[in-house]
Amino acid sequence: MDTQKIPSPTLTLPKSLTGIQGLDEITGGGIPKGRPTLVCGSAGCGKTLFAMEFLVHGAMLYDEPGVFFAFEETEKDLAINVVSLGYDLDKLVAEKKIVLDHIHIERKEIEETGEYDLEGLFIRLNYAIDSIGAKRVVLDTIETLFSGLPNPLILRSELRRLFRWLKEKGVTAIVTGERGEGTLTRQGLEEYVSDCVIVLDHRVTEQSSTRRLRIVKYRGSTHGTNEYPFIIEENGFSVLPITSIGLDHTVLSERISSGIPRLDTMLDNKGYYRGSIVLVSGTAGVGKSSLAACFSDAACARGEQVLYFALEESPQQIMRNMRSIGIDLDQWEKRGLLMFHAKRPTFYGLESYLTAMHKAVNDFKPRVVVIDPLSSFIIGTNQFEAKSMIMRMVDFLKINPITVFMTHLTTGVNDFTGIDISSLIDTWLLLRDIEIGGERNRGMYILKSRGMAHSNQIREFRLTEHGVELLDVYVGPEGVLTGSSRITKEAQEKAGQLLRSQEIENKQLALERKRKAINAQIDFLKAEFDAEEVETLNDIELNKLRENLLLQDRIDMARNRKGDIITNKNSINKARGNIAKS
Amino acid sequence: MTAKKDISETTITKKMLAKKTNDAWILRLYVAGQTPKSITAFRNLKAICEEQLKGKYQIEVIDLIKNPQLCREDQILAIPTLVRKLPAPVRKIIGDLSNTDRVLVGLDLKGLHS
Repeated sequence: MDTQKIPSPTLTLPKSLTGIQGLDEITGGGIPKGRPTLVCGSAGCGKTLFAMEFLVHGAMLYDEPGVFFAFEETEKDLAINVVSLGYDLDKLVAEKKIVLDHIHIERKEIEETGEYDLEGLFIRLNYAIDSIGAKRVVLDTIETLFSGLPNPLILRSELRRLFRWLKEKGVTAIVTGERGEGTLTRQGLEEYVSDCVIVLDHRVTEQSSTRRLRIVKYRGSTHGTNEYPFIIEENGFSVLPITSIGLDHTVLSERISSGIPRLDTMLDNKGYYRGSIVLVSGTAGVGKSSLAACFSDAACARGEQVLYFALEESPQQIMRNMRSIGIDLDQWEKRGLLMFHAKRPTFYGLESYLTAMHKAVNDFKPRVVVIDPLSSFIIGTNQFEAKSMIMRMVDFLKINPITVFMTHLTTGVNDFTGIDISSLIDTWLLLRDIEIGGERNRGMYILKSRGMAHSNQIREFRLTEHGVELLDVYVGPEGVLTGSSRITKEAQEKAGQLLRSQEIENKQLALERKRKAINAQIDFLKAEFDAEEVETLNDIELNKLRENLLLQDRIDMARNRKGDIITNKNSINKARGNIAKS
Repeated sequence: MTAKKDISETTITKKMLAKKTNDAWILRLYVAGQTPKSITAFRNLKAICEEQLKGKYQIEVIDLIKNPQLCREDQILAIPTLVRKLPAPVRKIIGDLSNTDRVLVGLDLKGLHS
């Protein structure tokens, strides 16, 4: 009968979704169902919030009521603390979805007089669980018992019993614990809660604070073993990276101009896709911000709102600088189309910056967001967090859908990525220095552009007082030339061409001359031949006449001598004919 | 089970109040069922009260299994817990009350007889 209920061995451990963004992905579906999970970490790392989210999500999203046993904070405090996250605990309590219970222990009020146990706590828990049919339980922070009650030996055995009891009760529990020296928790709770242990950490490296989460142990399940950064933002706890959201956003096929006609030409003649992520990377001073300004300018000119996150320069500075290349951003700002949000991320810390960005985007509702530069998010060695954060932000913007234009400062020519976010990028422009002949010029090409036939040519990128210009670079057997080398080369090329065409002309002329000479020669020879011919013919004629005369003479003489002339009759006739002919 | 005396009643009131009501001691003993510890505690408490507070004390035994909601009201964790409701301030004594000296300290009775 019951055998049907037994899951097949291939089936994974039943899990309970936490509803915490990102965590359910890392754990492959949440924390173990019907078992206690230990969440530990030092003060202020977000344990209580973690537990509270687990409970509130359970009550609101998964129809699993929960019990929160707070050993440190009162019910009132708890409710106030989570109001900022948009949770109305009082309402949930009233709806019997959540029970909040503050366990107050005051050491000095308590006198120990012999053997005791924690049956009171058990009864209390049991009562709370049964009163609303709770499936989830949070004990925050149970270690407080150790400071409140004497005789740790009894406490330990009671805690062991408690965790066993929770398991038997079949509730999914989160037990929080304070981080101890050298151990996960001060009282070694990890010994008792052995199914799943999550460590939260809040550390400050190079003046910037990051929160991290790590699953130390998850019995019977695979899990991500890395340290994952997490942030506490307006809508609560969220573990990065988020891979689940943002992959089903609507895709637009509308195209928008980059603000540089020539660049649009390179991009399939149409420009960027709306709602795509554009990245311009390059070394210092290659004109990344100028490209951003061009794009902002074009967007504003279309009447779209642009939110410009300036992470390193003040708005005034940007506007002044852009004026020098003929882009007037002031007008858009005055008309309320362009808004600058200028703050360094170091000022807030990554997490709060992200929150601030969300807020700014939600308030201003832009169609284009510029982030200049992305590299400012990397402070020290927080690449991973920065990447996750950017991913998170990009997802958020993409859903909306907002076209994102980001610039990224790279340190070397081969350092394409810096933060490895290439997979996020739809259109990636690369600006680079080309150093030839003692000068530095800017070259630009499209590293990739998803979903369009784009040019593979390198263009020379020039900042002129009337904007950005893209020119063909000299590409020849001697390599890519830009700037004055290009101009020189082009001039050389032109001269060479001229020379060559002259040569051809000369050759043609020579040929013509030769032909003429030969023709003249032919004419001369012909004339000579004609003359000779006439002369020869005359000679022949003369000779013939002479012969005929001679013959005539002979005949006449023979007649005179009465000789035999018949034998020679033929030749006489011939001679006669010849005479007649001539 | 045979050891079970009459403490199974939710409230055993020993109304042996003294004439002066401000002298009254109201003690509450929280137990969870008829466990040996609870029985020991009740026995110990009674003995101490008889000796120290004869005629002016009142003991309420509260079985939390029957009234679990009281756990929360009186902030009870440990079993058995003895709460001195009166005279103020409220004091809590946990354990089976076998350490008489400490019970006296806990009830603030030490000074009375030393």
